[in-house]
Amino acid sequence: MADLTKELHTQCMTLQMGPSHPAMHGTVKLLVDVDGEEIHIVKPEVGYLHRGFEKMCENSTYHQVTPFTDRLNYVSPFINNVGYALAVEKLLGIDVPERCKYLRVLACEISRITDHLTCLGASGMELAAFTVLLYSIEAREWMWELVEALCGARLTTTWTRIGGVAYDMPEGFEQKTHQELDKVKRLIDDISGLLVKNRIFYDRMRDTGVLTADECLAYGVTGPCLRAAGVYYDVRKAKPYLVYDRMDFEVPLGKHGDNYDKFMVRVIEMQQSIRIIEQVLDQIPDGPISVDDPKITLPPKEKVYTSIEALVHHFNIIIKGIRPPKGEVYVAVEGGNGELGFYVVSDGSDKPWKCRCRGPCFPIVQAIPKMLEGSMIADVIPTFGMVNMIGGEMDR
Amino acid sequence: MAEGIILAVKIAIAVLFVLNLAGLLTWAERRQSAFMQDRLGPNRANVFGVTLIGLLHPVADGIKMMMKEDFVPAGADRIVHTLAPFIALFPAFVAFAVIPFGDRLPIFGYEVNLVVSEINVGLLFVVAVMSLAIFGVFLGGWASNNKWSLLGALRSAAQMISYEVTLGLTIIGVLMVYQSLRLDEIVRAQGDLLFGFIPKWGIVTQPLGFLLFFAAAMAETKRTPFDLPEGESEIVAGYFLEYSGMKWGMFFMGEFAEIVVIAGVVTSLFLGGWQIPWVSTAALLSVFPGWLVALIQIGVFSVKVVILCWLQLTVRWTLPRFRYDQLMRLGWKMLLPISLANIFVTGAVILLIQHFKGV
Amino acid sequence: MAEESVTIRKLREQFADRVQVLPTPADGMDTVKVKREDILDVCMFLRTDGDLDYDLMRDLTCVDYIHEKPRFEVVYHLYSIYYSHAVRLKVRLEERDPAIDTVTGVWVGANWYEREAYDLYGIKFNNHPDLRRILLYPEFVGHPLRKDYPIDKEQPLFEEREETKGVR
Repeated sequence: MADLTKELHTQCMTLQMGPSHPAMHGTVKLLVDVDGEEIHIVKPEVGYLHRGFEKMCENSTYHQVTPFTDRLNYVSPFINNVGYALAVEKLLGIDVPERCKYLRVLACEISRITDHLTCLGASGMELAAFTVLLYSIEAREWMWELVEALCGARLTTTWTRIGGVAYDMPEGFEQKTHQELDKVKRLIDDISGLLVKNRIFYDRMRDTGVLTADECLAYGVTGPCLRAAGVYYDVRKAKPYLVYDRMDFEVPLGKHGDNYDKFMVRVIEMQQSIRIIEQVLDQIPDGPISVDDPKITLPPKEKVYTSIEALVHHFNIIIKGIRPPKGEVYVAVEGGNGELGFYVVSDGSDKPWKCRCRGPCFPIVQAIPKMLEGSMIADVIPTFGMVNMIGGEMDR
Repeated sequence: MAEGIILAVKIAIAVLFVLNLAGLLTWAERRQSAFMQDRLGPNRANVFGVTLIGLLHPVADGIKMMMKEDFVPAGADRIVHTLAPFIALFPAFVAFAVIPFGDRLPIFGYEVNLVVSEINVGLLFVVAVMSLAIFGVFLGGWASNNKWSLLGALRSAAQMISYEVTLGLTIIGVLMVYQSLRLDEIVRAQGDLLFGFIPKWGIVTQPLGFLLFFAAAMAETKRTPFDLPEGESEIVAGYFLEYSGMKWGMFFMGEFAEIVVIAGVVTSLFLGGWQIPWVSTAALLSVFPGWLVALIQIGVFSVKVVILCWLQLTVRWTLPRFRYDQLMRLGWKMLLPISLANIFVTGAVILLIQHFKGV
Repeated sequence: MAEESVTIRKLREQFADRVQVLPTPADGMDTVKVKREDILDVCMFLRTDGDLDYDLMRDLTCVDYIHEKPRFEVVYHLYSIYYSHAVRLKVRLEERDPAIDTVTGVWVGANWYEREAYDLYGIKFNNHPDLRRILLYPEFVGHPLRKDYPIDKEQPLFEEREETKGVR
């Protein structure tokens, strides 16, 4: 047999997986060298969704940047809004009111659930369990109705503003949330019931896409992928922001760092997020939803139309913007896929000198060759699904 | 002359049965999956507002596929590329020729055996013809000049050959029990009773064989969880990636026709074909005229086929897909030894029965 | 003045004058200015020292202070999972020679961040294993995040690349 291969000239076949390939949601290209079904070399190519986020930010006022941030991540926009707002608030040296903090936590956790639901559903679908996708889409729909009730939009929220949030919870929101969380819980149970003990699914996920704890850290991988490898690192616990220190929740840890653990970590995280939301609804105090500083927060619309002071403040913020003192901050929040950092540098003017987003997907996609090389073509699918790459965040 | 007419009618019944049921299945699959997934499914296509619960969608799809551009990619082998869908489609229809949908009945004075072709190697014929379908898939994938198609073709070739082994070995168990290769005789033999009260269906005498055959046959249809050759999300669409219009439609129809044929074969081998439990043809004939008995038996056969089709659709929308090596492991390391053991156990039991009867 | 953290103490012990501790900015993160030629030593020390153990490279980026000299500032954000402390390293680079040693030998994940800094700011990383553009395409002219890159500049269209021809 060995002699035979010597005479035959064989070479690896290069496949271009992506940028438009059913499994490459988001836009990324994997150049895969395959020998039959086996993968020899994987080269991820990113940048297809590069929109010049940082350059845009540098040419906009601080308030104008907020809408850009929710376009960064199109499955959990709230978290990105919150991350940016926290960074600028730290730069300004202000602290938002209690109610606002609780509302932001609520929004973040809703977003985390939608993010994980999308991830699990999509990877289920790519493993040909199509029914799972539609269950999770249905559950996500319930969550997006909550988002819609909060801010009127579903995806482009821009609800978190510098110094507060745009609107308070509408009437009857708490009751509605409880109802829909119950439905979502049932659907999550359905989804895990269909997959968790499914032998085919287990075989596909177990021992594929393995990334050990050391490799994760070397690549800078955070979030569910890191926790699946057994490293206890969640920004919500490591450096609690907002009111996460008052919340009672657990951080699930995996053991093997393979796709199955990543899947289970995500399932449990959703259940924990539901717990957090319920605690928020129990504990949320009354009070203002944004700082009482007309130089930072926009006045309510009805006041703009009825009083001259509010009109002037509105005009000033829109035209001149806010001017944080000179300095720099790096603020990290726990995004759906890991640590989401915002590094904002101010030169004292109304526009950020630099506004950098450290998306969690960038290092994870960098680690994809490590997860895939030596495995089979079919393993690309669950691995990539569990990476849950968000193109907007990665390419910025 | 009369013989010819009878044959023509039988062929018409068989072809229309497969064709219509396959067409219906495209609708059923979408509606059923929709209900499984908390949605409604296609229900909009209509003629003057009459939607027929979405039943017009297969018609609309057919028209759409006819009107679409027939595209052959650059560098493709035009002849093979065109020929492949035909090769993929026809075995399903031909295989139905030996599947009986009724007993030998006196209808309007003629003695009619309700099976298109009475060949004495019927079962081998089914296996032989069904394995021809692989050529369509393989050639289609190869001729498309596309790497994904090539991968799909490779996968399908490996998969179908592997599972045909199990398919063939399972049939041996059935042969040993019923002592015949003719499907109509196998079905007739299933009208007997075991111990005086259990119908002697294949599923009773060969329960393991039924499971093995059904699993292997589903692998032959290339549908989830065995849809590796297509692998929508992995290798885009596999072997029919470069097909459009009616050529693609033929692959599509072939897939659904295969579902029907497999349901038909499984029904004939394991579920008693047209047999109604505890009611023999003679008993029916003593009450009803011959043509009505024929209709009843075709109806019973159809019900069983439809139930098996439904089962296949349910499985398809529930399970995820195998990986290539797992599929091979299942085929060669699990199904094959079990089917060999099945033959061995069946032979031992038959010998034991003969021994005790002989004594 | 607050008590200085273990990171700063250790760095002072090890490197003495070669590092310069900057006043802590608004986010309270230790900030240290490092000389260009020291970056690899400092990173290796931060990574390997038992009391520091900076195992997670959070971020690497660059800031273009166009009105200052030296012009570019490469910023490293490091974090230790075990001790949960963080540090920010800063290195100033001259405009005429924006080159610095790579830290991919310390954290593999620095690879893409360095490529990104190269892509968008034109910082060259010595000994980098694969210094190519990452977010932009190879034919792109200029480095768009430099402050002197006009925001309305148009880029030329390009021919299909030789290596992608025929690859499907």
